[in-house]
Amino acid sequence: MTALAHDDDEHVHHPFLQHQFEDLGQQHEASILGMWMFLSTEILFFGGVLCAYWIYRTIYPDAWAIGGQQQNTLAGGINTIVLIISSLTMALAVRNAQLGSRRGTVAMLIGTLFFGSVFLGVKAYEYTRHFHEGLFPGVHFTWNEVPALAPKVQLFMVFYWGLTGLHALHMVIGVGLLLWFIWRAWRGHFGPDYYGPVEVMGLYWHFVDIVWIFLFPFLYLIPHFGVHHG
Amino acid sequence: MADEHEAPHHIAPLSTYIFVFLALAAGTLLTWFASTIDLGWMNTPIALVIATTKATLVILFFMHLIYSTRLTWVVVIASFVWLGVLFVLTFADYLTRYWAIY
Repeated sequence: MTALAHDDDEHVHHPFLQHQFEDLGQQHEASILGMWMFLSTEILFFGGVLCAYWIYRTIYPDAWAIGGQQQNTLAGGINTIVLIISSLTMALAVRNAQLGSRRGTVAMLIGTLFFGSVFLGVKAYEYTRHFHEGLFPGVHFTWNEVPALAPKVQLFMVFYWGLTGLHALHMVIGVGLLLWFIWRAWRGHFGPDYYGPVEVMGLYWHFVDIVWIFLFPFLYLIPHFGVHHG
Repeated sequence: MADEHEAPHHIAPLSTYIFVFLALAAGTLLTWFASTIDLGWMNTPIALVIATTKATLVILFFMHLIYSTRLTWVVVIASFVWLGVLFVLTFADYLTRYWAIY
């Protein structure tokens, strides 16, 4: 068999194999590595905000404790569990794609979409409450239960809205991506030899879950024993 | 020819995912429970340890790092090393600013 004939045989390659890769295995590993490269920038992006958060927490521990007490711990806790469930369904979507189950992949992606949407719904409820309680920074900040610490509690709320807002933005993007992936999975694009995109989608989704795993204790469960109210 | 790059695609058993999920749920309840008890200065480190453990479980099993290539490990570990540099150098500044005064 000549090299040319062999090349002709190779043209029956997978429709989603990009021409720059030798085979699907190489393409898969490159996409996983590339996604982790992106996630490393995300880790440092959220890390920078969290570092600022911790500086102010060490400077104003009492205001942070009071700010934490303004949060609905039950809503935050439920949302943590909801997001963990969505991570489980996302991991199972990847597993179903690996096993070649189209229906299983679609079902698990829809489950992830559902729990992700529940999270955003609970978050919207919390945001609405905070807004009415005067806990939105700026001219609308009317919260004054502890007058001496109100400006610092407002600073805490800047971090609260900033961090949860960035997180929610990532969730909204994730929900949009999921809709696209559900359509692709339904079309039968993924299977045992080509599930890389679902895996990459999973990496994104799990990363957003990890951010929340830290945000829940940082924003809702701040130690408040023996806090001096002003 | 085409086979030399074929990755060993590991399919984890269903039980792995269920177990990790249960551990994450338990960790969530534990971190809430720990926050309701006055443990003095230990409250914050305990919350950090639980959150870090949960994140590690997600990275290793849900994100399949444990089945990934060494190159992927390098990228992931390097990310957290740089995160460590960010925190350590920043706090080396902020936590020592008043040492000269007191």
